[in-house]
Amino acid sequence: MTDMHQDSGLQGADAGAADAIDAGTAEAFLSHDQTLRHAPGPYFGAYGGRWMPESLIAALDELQDTFEKAKADPEFTAQVAELNKNYAGRPSLLTEAQRFAEHCGGVRVFLKREDLNHTGSHKINNVLGQALIAKRMGKTRVIAETGAGQHGVASATAAALLGLECVVYMGAEDTRRQALNVARMQLLGATVIPVTNGSQTLKDAINDALRDWVANVETTHYLLGTAAGAHPFPSMVRYFHEVIGDEAREQILEQTGKLPDAVCACVGGGSNAIGMFHGFLDDRDVALYGFEAGGEGVETGRHAATITLGRPGVLHGARSYLMQDEDGQTMESHSISAGLDYPGVGPEHAYLADIGRAKYEPITDAEAMEAFKILSRTEGIIPAIETAHALAGAMKVGQRLAADLAPGEQASDKIIVVNLSGRGDKDVATAAGYFDLLPDDSAEQEIAQEGEQL
Amino acid sequence: MTTHSTDRQSPGAGAAGSKAAAAIEKARAEGRAALIGYLPAGFPDVQTTIDAGIAMAENGVDLIEIGIPYSDPVMDGHVIQEATVEALANGFTVPRIFDVVEGITRATDAAVLVMTYWNPVMRMGVRTFSERLAAAGGAGLITPDLIPDEAAEWLEVSEELGLDRVFLVAPSTSPQRMQATVDASRGFVYAVSVMGVTGARTSVGAAAQAVVDAAHRAGAERVCVGLGVSSSAQVREIGAYADGVIVGTALVAALRDGGVEAVAELTRELSTGTAKVPAGGAA
Ligand SMILES: Cc1ncc(COP(=O)(O)O)c(C=O)c1O
Repeated sequence: MTDMHQDSGLQGADAGAADAIDAGTAEAFLSHDQTLRHAPGPYFGAYGGRWMPESLIAALDELQDTFEKAKADPEFTAQVAELNKNYAGRPSLLTEAQRFAEHCGGVRVFLKREDLNHTGSHKINNVLGQALIAKRMGKTRVIAETGAGQHGVASATAAALLGLECVVYMGAEDTRRQALNVARMQLLGATVIPVTNGSQTLKDAINDALRDWVANVETTHYLLGTAAGAHPFPSMVRYFHEVIGDEAREQILEQTGKLPDAVCACVGGGSNAIGMFHGFLDDRDVALYGFEAGGEGVETGRHAATITLGRPGVLHGARSYLMQDEDGQTMESHSISAGLDYPGVGPEHAYLADIGRAKYEPITDAEAMEAFKILSRTEGIIPAIETAHALAGAMKVGQRLAADLAPGEQASDKIIVVNLSGRGDKDVATAAGYFDLLPDDSAEQEIAQEGEQL
Repeated sequence: MTTHSTDRQSPGAGAAGSKAAAAIEKARAEGRAALIGYLPAGFPDVQTTIDAGIAMAENGVDLIEIGIPYSDPVMDGHVIQEATVEALANGFTVPRIFDVVEGITRATDAAVLVMTYWNPVMRMGVRTFSERLAAAGGAGLITPDLIPDEAAEWLEVSEELGLDRVFLVAPSTSPQRMQATVDASRGFVYAVSVMGVTGARTSVGAAAQAVVDAAHRAGAERVCVGLGVSSSAQVREIGAYADGVIVGTALVAALRDGGVEAVAELTRELSTGTAKVPAGGAA
């Protein structure tokens, strides 16, 4: 199937070899009718793999084996489809955003409405799939990491639905800032453990989840929340999100009769983006854009623009781009959006960046918040702040497309699909604080100052 | 206990030029299990690590394991992570590991291994790091998050420079992986005693012996047990079936609470447990 992954056996590939990749690779594959879709891992070019303690390799093998068999089992795929349809509310809509499009150079803009899924974001696709996998393995307990609480809430939801015990690791600082999301997880029956190790952020929550997993791997599945980590997580998480791109491709063809010129998504660990991109990977005329968190500006050092400024390294089980100092210590990332505030990125994105199939650009906090406001006011949709990065990116891409028209072409001939990965309910306090909408003495003002995301 | 042929030529058994193997064989010849002591570099500062390493060597440790403080130590429990966070806060940088190794190897004849998560090595470059380690007199590397499957470059460079490659095996390791890991190792094989992370435990459990036996059966001549060992009684219990016993958290806590003198004292106490019961001596 995919010749490029012919040496994907763990022994075979020379994963440590190269930082640089032949830029013509994507072109070569496509011109030979080879597909970039369904890349099975463990390697995506020089990225991916399993940089993990031996203690966990057996669990990763079991997971991979269970996942492979599940994919081939019609009963499993039917179960996933059923939950997607009758629990999560799929297919999600594809909504044309005509008034927002005026801010995008006048090109046509379509929003893939993952915000309308149960729990309010794309995260539900992955947690339902992985919780089913956990049950197939006979595990009774799932653990998860969370930053602001989105993936924690989604995991707690899936665990409640399927009768699994759920433990969520969350940085101690975040548990204070996100007290309402902690309560939400607890209402769903989950236990939230504040992480006091290291920098007490999302990456440390992942470290503690891994430590729990090593000690409890007999009973426990680690329900990783993004398309990163050791094999098979990147390809498995992508698999459960592929429904985004598959639906979007069908919907855009149905609504416009053609494929889009560009597809935009925000990139934290990369799960919503890879799920969306996957539907279009082999459509060589569709440009793919991933927007990373530029924080206060990439020149300030306070950002999470991993692909833009990181260097290849290993963290949490995969080789990929990584924000690291010259000693190889992981650097702290910064973003107004908790969901993008991660110093690593999924390995398939690193590969797609190197071969030039997808482009990755930083969006600053300020640019994202401007797009947040514009979408809210032009379309009546309050996006997640993560998603606002994709929207700000779409505004830039649209303006570029409009500036670059061929003779006889009009801006309205151009089409962009944006993955609206989540809704902004959780971000209302942050946004209200940012736009100074709160009276000085309100309780919310205090919360917003601490960066609370409700 | 199991006896092993000494002419086995696989990398897993290759003792020629291995400093770690020599240290363990010397202990074996004296009727002892080797005692291996761990401390993180730069906790609380580089000179103290050197002094504590020398103190360990002078008080009964056969092999010294120095950890590189790392931002994301997923195989370490709270005590070691706290120490490494402090080392980093105190300004430890990766190249100083070579000063530590050199400082200890110059003053003692203990073999010194570096325990490191893989990213700092990758960042410096596997070859550069290895050459500097060899130049400092280091024996090799213990690599908690590097499995042989991903280690192509390290296998090649370590072979060339004669450095030890200590990979980990665990209670969960399959027979195939056990064989592959033993074959890829040089010096000794690190048997993880329990499914868990570093930290003192009152008991290391029965799983440890099964891991050691499996590694021996796969042809490993030297198998050392780590994770959770904190007393001479545990050293004695494990030393009865393993070729070496690794103590980490307890020594780090001793250094934290009582300085170099406390490390020396704990080392003396631990070393009283290394004598093999006569029937088990394999010398
Ligand atoms: C709405 C939303 N979008 C995007 C992300 C970023 O994650 P990923 O890059 O895995 O899609 C998050 C993470 O919490 C999120 O909540």
